Amino acid sequence: MTERILTYDVEAIRADFPILSEKHHDDVPLIYLDNAASSQKPLKVIDALNDYYRTYNANVHRGVHKLSEAATQAYEDARIKVRRFINAGSKREIIFTRGTTEGINLVAQTWGRANLKTGDVVLSTVMEHHSNIVPWQILAAEKGFTLKFIPIREDGTLDIDAYAALLRDNSVKLVVVAHVSNVLGTVNPIEEIIRQAHTAGALTLVDGAQSVPHMPVDVQALDVDFYAFSGHKMIGPTGIGILYGKRQHLEAMPPWMGGGDMIETVRLEGSTWNELPYKFEAGTPIIADAIGLGYAVDYLTALGMDKIHAHEQTITAYALERLAEVPGLKLYGPEAAQKGAVAAFSFEGIHPHDVAQLLDAEGIAVRAGHHCAMPLHTHLGIPATTRASFYLYNTTQEVDALIEGLYKSKKTFAL
Amino acid sequence: MYDMYRELILDHAKNPRNHGLLNPADIDFEGHNPLCGDHLHLTLRVDENNRITEVGWDGEGCAISQASASMLGEEIIGKTLDEVKTISKEQIFEMLGIPLSMNRVKCALLSLKVLKVGAYGLAEWQQQEADEEE
Repeated sequence: MTERILTYDVEAIRADFPILSEKHHDDVPLIYLDNAASSQKPLKVIDALNDYYRTYNANVHRGVHKLSEAATQAYEDARIKVRRFINAGSKREIIFTRGTTEGINLVAQTWGRANLKTGDVVLSTVMEHHSNIVPWQILAAEKGFTLKFIPIREDGTLDIDAYAALLRDNSVKLVVVAHVSNVLGTVNPIEEIIRQAHTAGALTLVDGAQSVPHMPVDVQALDVDFYAFSGHKMIGPTGIGILYGKRQHLEAMPPWMGGGDMIETVRLEGSTWNELPYKFEAGTPIIADAIGLGYAVDYLTALGMDKIHAHEQTITAYALERLAEVPGLKLYGPEAAQKGAVAAFSFEGIHPHDVAQLLDAEGIAVRAGHHCAMPLHTHLGIPATTRASFYLYNTTQEVDALIEGLYKSKKTFAL
Repeated sequence: MYDMYRELILDHAKNPRNHGLLNPADIDFEGHNPLCGDHLHLTLRVDENNRITEVGWDGEGCAISQASASMLGEEIIGKTLDEVKTISKEQIFEMLGIPLSMNRVKCALLSLKVLKVGAYGLAEWQQQEADEEE
């Protein structure tokens, strides 16, 4: 195999992630290739959580004492860090949520419920994660609008011509789409999709779970209306995510969860709402994990998202090349150039569960199943796939190990 | 570390016993794991004492689910439907003889589920599952 020149010293980066030096089984080192599911954390993020709980844990916003002030500062600093990270216009457009799924549900239940009705159309796509299908199905049953799905081409890219045709009927009010598919790896032409949606009078919501961790994202440049992503997929803690929304939409939307902090005044007869972003952050916030996410953003910013993206492209291209050589292995999705760091495949004669199990014995963590994209798998004609997904700390040697593991599985099944 | 796929499992998965549906059959039931696509179609013939005389099955899925179906099929021939009712999850795990992670338990138990639901109905199976849960 040819030497690949990596963008940065990946071994130095790996040293920042304690779990990568853990043994997976006995003497077998961990080869973590399940990053689309969740990512590992650098010590800086882990320490940030510990530090918060050890030295300045307190509830935010309401307190006057020193601990509360420190906690509030750190929490709000994290918000500003995220604003800068995705180039949102204002920190008031950054809402902390539990994750991408919660962000999408929030928009469905507030903007969606207030604005969608019978006769309207919402466009999703066949390749979506369930989080960008199910909330709309639930709402459609309640509000009576029609949910349609943009088809995909043979190569796993979105059928943009079909999309344009679907927009022409003039009833589309919202287009919801993944920036990057968590199975096919397809990087969708978001800017173009948004532009066409706006021309047709529709708003846009983008699932950024697989994009924000892996490439520079500029929400103002995209002109997107809503953008949701998760902290745990971008070397941040679990239980924290971000919903970005254009200010004018967030101002007009009714609140979601009611309770403390999202109010201005409460009387028995009724209440008034707090300003953005707090209107959408009811109750004690996800303080520690938001602070942790801030440190994750610091780490990614210091390394540079374009460098991370370049590194991943090298690893993914190498992986796709080597995977394509394995007899009986079928890859899904577009070519490397149009693909994020995700490689889903089926392996003739060996069920994905068995592949994943055998790879696990070699210390290799991949995922098997439908990856929360059942409609996509139905479309592909298979119940499940095995998926390897890469991130800033993966190496070409790990790709080699994956390939070796696959050949070994073939032998075990005597294929 | 390949005990997971040791000879027995692979043997059953690749040379399944009692493969092929019975037609006609006294009991005929299908089940699947939508999460991974494991699928099992089970047919049984019983005599006048409700004793299982023949087993025939068809399916596709991971090695664990298919091996489990193959082994269980062999186990139940000659047993009555009442006796089959008492086959437990633990017995299936013992039968397979390998350590199973939480995620593979469903694969291993698909055959048992299809057998019991086919023989006694879904409510009974769901009750058993509820009883066993913490």
